[in-house]
This record gives sequence, C-alpha cells and structure tokens, in this order.
Amino acid sequence: MKYLFRRTVHGILLLIGASILCFLFSDLAPGSFFDEMKLNPQISSSTIAALRAQYGLDRPLPVRYGSWVRSAFRGEFGYSFAYNTSVRSLLVLRVRNTLFLTSLATILAWLIAVPLGVWMASHPGKWVDRICMGATSLLISLSELVLVLGLLYFAVRTHALPVGGMASTGFDRLSVLAKVWDLTAHLIVPAAALTLASLPILVRHVRACLVEILGTPFIESARAHGVGRARLLFRHALPAAANPLISLFGLSLGGLLSGSLLVEVITGWPGLGPLLLESSMSRDLYVVVGIVMASTVFMICGNLLADVMLVAVDPRLRADLRAE
Amino acid sequence: MMARHKILAAVVLLVTLHLAILFAGFVAPADPVVQNRDFPFAPPTRLHFVDLRGHLHLRPFVYQWTPRPDAFNEYEESRDREYPLQFFVSGAAYRVAGLVPSRVHLFGVDAPAQIFLAGTDSYGRDQFSRILSGGQISVAAGILATLISLVLGTLIGGVAGFWGKWIDESAMRFAELFMVLPWLYVLFGVRAFLPLHLSSVQTFLLLIAVIGTIGWARPARLIRGIVLSAKNQNYVAASRGFGASNVYLLRRHVLPQTYGVLLTQAALLVPQYVLAEVTLSFFGLGLSEPTPSWGGLLATLQQYNVLVSYWWMFAPAVALAVVSLGYLSVANAFHERLQSSSS
Repeated sequence: MKYLFRRTVHGILLLIGASILCFLFSDLAPGSFFDEMKLNPQISSSTIAALRAQYGLDRPLPVRYGSWVRSAFRGEFGYSFAYNTSVRSLLVLRVRNTLFLTSLATILAWLIAVPLGVWMASHPGKWVDRICMGATSLLISLSELVLVLGLLYFAVRTHALPVGGMASTGFDRLSVLAKVWDLTAHLIVPAAALTLASLPILVRHVRACLVEILGTPFIESARAHGVGRARLLFRHALPAAANPLISLFGLSLGGLLSGSLLVEVITGWPGLGPLLLESSMSRDLYVVVGIVMASTVFMICGNLLADVMLVAVDPRLRADLRAE
Repeated sequence: MMARHKILAAVVLLVTLHLAILFAGFVAPADPVVQNRDFPFAPPTRLHFVDLRGHLHLRPFVYQWTPRPDAFNEYEESRDREYPLQFFVSGAAYRVAGLVPSRVHLFGVDAPAQIFLAGTDSYGRDQFSRILSGGQISVAAGILATLISLVLGTLIGGVAGFWGKWIDESAMRFAELFMVLPWLYVLFGVRAFLPLHLSSVQTFLLLIAVIGTIGWARPARLIRGIVLSAKNQNYVAASRGFGASNVYLLRRHVLPQTYGVLLTQAALLVPQYVLAEVTLSFFGLGLSEPTPSWGGLLATLQQYNVLVSYWWMFAPAVALAVVSLGYLSVANAFHERLQSSSS
C-alpha cells in the first residue's frame, strides 16, 4: 500500500513537472492566438490588447501558471480562445474516444503478441520464427503512417468499410444493434492500424524474454519431470517472463498514444489527435497544454497500472515490500 | 550470432541509398520542382524490352504518355516512336551534392519523351526525382536530429554518471519527465508554440532542433548506466591513483566504452527521427511546398481522390520503409554484437 502511495505521489510530481515544462515552452513562443487577428484590418490593435488582457495573456508567466492551476482545480483546465469554452468541455468526449481506441488496440495487440511470441520462442530459428521475425521488422519499418494509409486505401477501394469519423450520418436513428455494428465498422481501420503498428515490438519482446527463460535450468528440470508442452510454456515459462513484459506495457503506452494521434488524424477519428492538430495550427494555447497534459495523465496511469500488476503478479516483490 | 553477410547486405543497402540521396541531382532524371502541366498524375513509365513487331531489345525503351482525349488525367502510350533508355545523358542543370554545377544525369530518354519511374504528381513533377531530393531533407533531418540527441545525451548522461550525487539525481528526474511525455504529442505541442510561417531553412533547422532535443532522455540514461559501471572498474581507480585527471579518465577510459551503445542508439534513432520529420511535414507543420520532403510528398494522399486513384503516390512510403528497414537491421546487428561481446 505504501509502495503504491509512493508511486502515486511520484506520478503527481511528474505531472506538475510536465505542466511547468509546457508553460515554459509556451513562454518561449513569439506570438499568440490573437496575433493572427492583426492581419485583419477591421480589428483595431486596442481590441486585440483588450482580448489579450481578458484572457490574461499580458500577465507574466508565473501568474498565468498560477491561474491555470487554479482553473485546473476547478476542473476547467483553462479556456479555449477558438471555441470560447472551458478546455474540459472540449476534451471530455475526445478523451473518451481516444481511450476507447487505444485501449482496444492495446488489448488486441497483447492478445495477439503473447501467444505469437510464445509460439515463436518455442521454435527458435525454425521457419515460422524467421517468417514472423521478418514480418515484425517489416511492420516496424512501415510505421503507423504508412500502415493507416494503406489500410485506408484498401477500405476505400473495396468499399468494404466506411471511412472517416466514428459514426455514419443518421447514427441517432439507428437501432441499438445497428449502432453497435456501425461503430464497429468505423473502428476497424483505425484499430487495425494501431494494433498492427504496436504489435511487432511487443512480439519481439515476448519472444526475447521467453527464449531467455526457456534456456534456464528450472525449465529443463520441469521438462525432465514430464510437464506437458503447453503447461510448460504458459504455466512455467510465461509467469517467469512476466516482469519485463509488464514493465514494457507501461513503457509502450507512450508509443501507442503517439501512434493513436496519427491514426486519429488520418482516419478522422474524433479523439485528441485532430483537436491537437487544429489547436496547434491556430495556437490555441490552453487546449494544446490540456491535451499534452491529458496524454501525460494516460501515460502515468498506465505506468501506475503496470506497477500494481507487478506487485500482484510477483510474490518476490511483495515479500520485498513487506520486509521494508 | 547474425550471419556476416546479412550485416554486410544491410550496410551496402544503406550506403547505396544514402549515396543515391546525396547525389540526387545525378541519379534523378528530372528537376524535382519543374512542372509538366500536360502530365498531371501520369502513371509510372513502363520499361519495354519487346517492341510491337515482337523484336527483343537488350536496351529497354519507353513510349511517351499521351493524355486520353475521352478521360480526365488518364494516359495511354503512343506507340509510334520508341525512346531507348540512355545513360549519362545531358539534362536539367543541378549541383553535385549542392556544390559543383553539372548537367549529366545517370539515365534518361531523348526529348520529347520523359521517363517517370514513379509517376508524376498533381503538377506533373517527376515523383522519382522528388523522392530522391525529398530524401535529402528527410534523411538529413533524421541524422542531424540524432546527432543532437546523442550529443546532449552523452553530455548529460556522462556528467550525471561520472559526478553522481545531486547532479545525477536531478538529471535523471528530468530525464524521467521527458520519457513520460508521449513524444509525438510533445512534438506537436512544441511546434504549436513556435511561429508557423518561416523560411524553409529556418523551419528545417527548427524541426531538427525540436526533434533532437526532445529525444535526449533515453540515450542519456543508457550512457549514464555505462559511465556509472565504468568508473567503478579497478583499472579506472588505478588510473586515478596514478594521478589521472577527471577529463583524462572520461576521455581515455570511460567514454570509449559508450561507443557501442551510441552506435546502436544512432541506428535506432535515425529512422525514428526521419519518421518524426515525415509525420510533421505530413500534417503541414514541417517544410512546405515547393521543397520536397517525404512527409510533404505523402501529404497529397490526404486528398480522397489521390488516395483512391493514384497508387504511385505511395512511392515515398516505400522509400521511407526501405531506409528504416536498413537502419533497423544495422541496429539489430550492432545490438547482437554488443550482447555477444559482453557475455
């Protein structure tokens, strides 16, 4: 319990650090959202100055940071210049959609990666292993960008799947079953791209960890005792290899979120990605900060989850913690 | 142990690609920014070996594309004249590696025919030439950003590992901060705070600086680990006992141990950073027209009709994948060498 508390405090400190970093970067930037307005001759410079003052952009950095923190505690996370509402109201739905997509892709990727990696590790150097390793190299070098474009091309050419967005027009009038089907059809392209992109690294790690474990004496002795193949792999070897894999789960979230940003923008999935691109372009400061912070929260939560799982899975770690 | 010829093949592939990209002007048959308004979205020119009469030609030849009168942006080969492929032909002026002016191209065909190995884009610009000179931007960005990351990482990691104590503690906390941020979000965020409208040279330098600075944390942590274990070796202590200065110790005993990891990291980071540049340019946050870069070239695929109708617009993706594959195999080879030498 104390351990988890410590990890949580650590996570919160990281969050505070990240938010300070965001504001430091924003202060380095010349210009702001309202500078684009100067191009419009109908808006006088005094109006722009008044707007800047209204949104507090004329105040020094620490004051701005302080007011942002206060607004974060109120649950608003600052104010969007472009949408004229609180950042929270913009983010809530988007966060849900991004989480939905990324967690689905994570689950799918792990569901495929673990059995595949175990299977490859149990045939090291055989042709299945070689083909799968080649395929993972290819997938890594293709990257999310090309993968999603390719899948999109396929979807558009075959007309098998709808492209763009999260739901068809007239979604509200559909029956529940049709709604689920519509959502699934829209989900396939982005989820498949994201899964395929995060898969190769996972497969390689699972394989590497298992190959190492399978060479250890205790596996040898279990085999000598006549333990069956499947039981040997999944009951004896996999739990022993679990620790680095769980840590990998926490670390891989960053790549997954970055990939999700790309995939969302290209397929028009209404998550954080398109909003970030849009607010980057229009320099909607607090929206950008809010999204970067939201993604950091995901990462930290993912790492916390990995910590919890480590404690749950590894009796050695529990014993260490109790001894402290 | 990875077979030697596999490493060799990967290195040869990489060197060839880099030479082709460096001497893009020579290898490419056309000027990357010259437009052929009569040939928008012309498909890749086909190389023929057998002519209409059934004769076999050892030197391949091409037919010229002519727009089909009844369709929009569709072409057919006008078979009345054959244009044999020629080597070392004179063509558009360029500068060899950006320095020496020249007109000689590796291959080409006689005017009025043109050779589009990877088709043309919406302005009829030769896609193959654009991929090569776009590679100059994208690959150079990747390599330079990697250099920045590694130099920063070695400096911070080396100092943190060697001097330890509060320097180490604070540097590693800071590194953790950078590693917990999802890099693409940060890249977008930082790019958002920087001015949008800049000259292309400024944008290029800015991109490299941003991409390179964000990635310092991972190399720094690796270097720190090596430095930490190296400085506790007996021979380092002995050397110190003989009166070696810190700088001497770092230069002579500690840093040479990091070279293997640095090389592996470099081979891993370059494709990642090339991809970062491609991603930013793809979304219009990087270099803009008419300077070609792989991301900018791929950006046309954002238009629905281009994505559906003109498959050759995916060609930059192939170039990107081949470069990444080359770097990754070299990184794998380095990694395996390191592992086998340490165990």
